[in-house]
Amino acid sequence: MTALESQSQVEPDIEPARKRLALVASKGTLDQAYPPLILATTAASLGWEVGIYFTFYGLDILHKDRMENLKVASLANPAGPIRLPNLLGAMPGATAAATKMMKSWMNNANMPNLKEFIDMAQSLDVTFFACATTMGVMGVEESDLIKGCDIAGAAAFLDFAATADVQLFV
Amino acid sequence: MPTEQLKATETLDTSGLLCPLPVYKAGMALNKMDPGQVLQLICTDPGSLADIPAMTRQRGDTLVASEIQGNTQVFWVEKGTKQ
Repeated sequence: MTALESQSQVEPDIEPARKRLALVASKGTLDQAYPPLILATTAASLGWEVGIYFTFYGLDILHKDRMENLKVASLANPAGPIRLPNLLGAMPGATAAATKMMKSWMNNANMPNLKEFIDMAQSLDVTFFACATTMGVMGVEESDLIKGCDIAGAAAFLDFAATADVQLFV
Repeated sequence: MPTEQLKATETLDTSGLLCPLPVYKAGMALNKMDPGQVLQLICTDPGSLADIPAMTRQRGDTLVASEIQGNTQVFWVEKGTKQ
């Protein structure tokens, strides 16, 4: 029997690959930090393999200090928690008020906070890719990020995403 | 089978929790169970009505039965062999 023949006989026994979800998290506002984490924890709960590529402002979600201080924009956010005309959305305190209101909404709905979502995702083995270019451009060091991030460039993420069943950009 | 006759190995009440928590908590519970065991899952998130059947399809578990009692949904999920 040739090597090829023996390989083809073995193949049918191989379990089908797990479904894979590849997400890009590119936004650094509190409201936009949730959707990728909600999708990631859900997919991982379904038994999927999940990776999130945190790039540009999205990298703040992995930043130990900045993660706690993500905000909801009161300006140019007509669907935000505080529905103000744009002119008033620029007033001092408007962003803080919108942020506080969203946190209170989430809390009242028994939703986990951002840190809890990150812990949930990591406990389900979601891969966090930290964009190396963003780190270089924004002066972010590996020690600034939470533990367990894979520092990677676009090629490494695309290599992961190439065989994903679902790819989404948030 | 009438749902009163269904035997559950475990019960998980996710009342008051929204997506992704019912699926997340059900997934965690099912991961700890053995194939063939049944999880009784109680949900109040209106999205769960679509989410739990989708979850069982994706995970390879079996939705044995479901029942709607007012705003509450009860699902019986038999753990499959895939996860």
